[in-house]
Amino acid sequence: MIVVACIKQVPDTTQVQIDPVTNTLIRDGIPFIINPYDIHALEECLRLKDSHGFKTVALSMGPPNAEATLRKSLALGADRSVLLSDRVFGGADTLSTSNVIAAAIKKLAEEDEIGIVFCGKQTIDGDTAQVGPGIAVRLGYSQLTLVDRIEKIDLEAKTITVRRKLEGRYEIVEARLPAMITVVRELNRPRYPTVPMRLSSAKAQVECWSNAELKLDVNSVGLKGSPTWVSRIFSPERSEGEIVGDGMNDPVGAARLLVDRLIEGDMLAV
Amino acid sequence: MEQILFTALLSLSLAVFGYSCYRRLALVAVGREDQRFDQPLVRFKEMLVYAFGQKRVISRPFGLNHGVIFWSFLVLALANGEFLIAGVLPGVSFSLLPEPLHRGLLFIFDCCSIATLIAVGVAAVRRVVNPPFEEARTFEAFFILSMIATLMLAYLGMNGAEIALGQKSPEGMPVSSLAAAFLLHLPLAGQLPQLPGVLWWIHALALLGFMNFLPYSKHMHILTAIPNVYLRRLGKSNTQEREEFSEGNSFGANSVDRLSWKDLLDSLSCTECGRCQNVCPAATTGKKLNPREVMHSIKENLLENGRALEKVRGDAVGEAYISLIGEGSTGGASEAALWSCTSCGACMEVCPAFIEHLPKIVKMRRHLVQMEAKFPEELLNLFENMEQRSNPWGMAPSERSKWSSQLTLRPFQAEETEYLLFVGCSGAFDARNKQVTVALTRVLDAAGVSYGVLGKEEKCCGESVRRLGNEYLFDVMAKEMVQQFRAKGVRKVITQCPHCYSTLKNDLRQYGLELEVLHHSELIKDLIGGGALKLEATAGEFGKVVFHDSCYLGRHNGVYDAPREVIREATGRAVTELGRNRDEAFCCGAGGGRMWLEEHEGTPINRNRVKEALAHNPGTICVSCPFCMTMFEDGIKEQQGSGVQVKDLAEVVAMGLKQA
Repeated sequence: MIVVACIKQVPDTTQVQIDPVTNTLIRDGIPFIINPYDIHALEECLRLKDSHGFKTVALSMGPPNAEATLRKSLALGADRSVLLSDRVFGGADTLSTSNVIAAAIKKLAEEDEIGIVFCGKQTIDGDTAQVGPGIAVRLGYSQLTLVDRIEKIDLEAKTITVRRKLEGRYEIVEARLPAMITVVRELNRPRYPTVPMRLSSAKAQVECWSNAELKLDVNSVGLKGSPTWVSRIFSPERSEGEIVGDGMNDPVGAARLLVDRLIEGDMLAV
Repeated sequence: MEQILFTALLSLSLAVFGYSCYRRLALVAVGREDQRFDQPLVRFKEMLVYAFGQKRVISRPFGLNHGVIFWSFLVLALANGEFLIAGVLPGVSFSLLPEPLHRGLLFIFDCCSIATLIAVGVAAVRRVVNPPFEEARTFEAFFILSMIATLMLAYLGMNGAEIALGQKSPEGMPVSSLAAAFLLHLPLAGQLPQLPGVLWWIHALALLGFMNFLPYSKHMHILTAIPNVYLRRLGKSNTQEREEFSEGNSFGANSVDRLSWKDLLDSLSCTECGRCQNVCPAATTGKKLNPREVMHSIKENLLENGRALEKVRGDAVGEAYISLIGEGSTGGASEAALWSCTSCGACMEVCPAFIEHLPKIVKMRRHLVQMEAKFPEELLNLFENMEQRSNPWGMAPSERSKWSSQLTLRPFQAEETEYLLFVGCSGAFDARNKQVTVALTRVLDAAGVSYGVLGKEEKCCGESVRRLGNEYLFDVMAKEMVQQFRAKGVRKVITQCPHCYSTLKNDLRQYGLELEVLHHSELIKDLIGGGALKLEATAGEFGKVVFHDSCYLGRHNGVYDAPREVIREATGRAVTELGRNRDEAFCCGAGGGRMWLEEHEGTPINRNRVKEALAHNPGTICVSCPFCMTMFEDGIKEQQGSGVQVKDLAEVVAMGLKQA
């Protein structure tokens, strides 16, 4: 049985700035990281590999340089990593992205039965939380979002029971396998790669599938297959800060001044 | 007849002793390579001073007592040598020497024997009344002491009996004469003539028994400690060996064959004196770590596994062995113990046998981190932050230069700026330590020092990850830093953090980068001395100033005087010394990567140190390290209402700047 972790390479958003002229992200020199939620998705696959012996495949759609991200998943213990990369996939929104990933999972299913597809609950660059559910719909898998605990996997009955973490409550849900699960960070504590694994992953092969392998209609992928697009990106305007009081020499006075200001501005409940 | 019996017994004893020693010492050969034979003259001199001179031994309570036993032992080796030879070849003895020389030797032997007897008595009483550590009252310890006492009593009794019987002249043998007088007063009646023979055999059996007991006891150190001092690491133990990161290699140590042969010899040289555990900040505040037990566990592990490893050596076939790391098994140090180490180096500084505890602890940490990815959970974030953002808190690198937003600072430019001011992560990101950085720049500006900064391009030095055993990550970080420094033409560096200081100075040398690194205390001292910096004495501002030594500035790099002189110049008064100061200073608790770990066991180390400082009723506790700053600020907050301020020496100096 195969478990799949969908991971995305994202710019480290704390370091991202927006070009005020072109209204686009300045990507030059910005380090890329694995989307933080996806690390938990991968970790859960690896735990199932440890406990059930499932084969773990890390899957990512992105430009060729996303290979680094997939290499890290190999260092952490994934059996196989596949990068879905083709010029025609470029400019994709969440719909066309889920088309490509679903096609790749179908291709994997030709080799072995798919058990669970794990995704992070959302990415930190797009924040849509749509790709996971999109994959589930296109593959006809059970859809379990915001999962923070896997209660039980019954391979005989082909069912899974999970706990969903919702606003102010939990929900225990049982569903048929195969399932698509999006995970929250509370699900697990990710592992750290050992050095031998890092060294061997540096030489390991990251498979790259283009549309030649997936054979999708070019009108259903990339920009052409995207009914939505980002028309503009900008930072919210923030008023200039000001220095009030003299905290270095008169901390008590400065604190008093600050509290007064907060009360004046009705920013403090009293 | 007796002669033949003794000859046979002696031959057997020597053979068994030789075999025992060989069996044990040959075990160190399972260890990895280590170069310890360079600079023979220096090594020989150090051996004379520290082994034969007992310099470190006598510097602590009851050390002189050991010195007396050791020096007497050396002298009495002559007497015992004569004794053994005369036992085989009667008549071959010192009596063949010219009479004055013979008498002189007998006098010295007499004195050494009684001195040893007294020293052994003192040692026994001490061990009963006030042992060096709780578990030191072992059967073995008392057995050895009684064995030595037996030897001395038999020697003096034998001579005494011969004097009493008129077989020997009492001349030059005051103690034996007293023994003779004592024996004559005993109601021994007609048995006195047999006494010399009986005592001779007691002496002989005790001597041969002692010899054969040695290799199996902590008294193995009699044989190993002297070579161990000769083979010590020369200079300060302020860096650690690199690892080669190629596929197929193993990293760190979880079995004795992954340690070096010198590590293994160290374990056989431990005298179990307990000095290391009595100065260890972890052991003395109730943590699982006990440096003596770490050494002991390596020895036990070696004895258990060494034989099996010897056989497979060369074949590269691993044999089942007991892990070095792990509680419960023979010869295992617990993970909790390994993570408790602050890498302060106090254990190594105090060890009379020059055992190097820290490198072994780091090697075991390396195994845990690199081979098993097992470490306290706080470290996961630390490692990720270091790897992705090159600082411990995971702050955006673009925030790194914000400390200077109110100042106009020049970027470092080769040929134009003399020094790189390496701000360090604490100095750049930590609110309290940012104030130190600002104070330091004011001092440098006032003295007209030419310096520049790397700003957002500065990266973490990686000291914490290295001490925490993540050598792989350090290797990546160090290579990046060396490349950056070379590209920028950096040669001279000022740091305010002793951890950056030691890394840039000692660790980067392993990567082929020789930098002239100055801690700000050293530079400020020079600036004052050279007249570039003029200060007004500001004693009134700070009250009584106690100074806390940073381990990485002091013990690891030998900088003790510069900060003291700077504070004296700035305040007009000498610092008040803490009880544990300079090479005996007690760690603040943040070294060895402990800065980033919670302290779950025992009492917090910083509380211990803060209380020691507060006992002096200071107005100011002065530090020279951002980690110490954090630990003291936290510790002082606990002691509410103390009113004591914690200052870095740069802040003390900045306060005294003459207003131009």
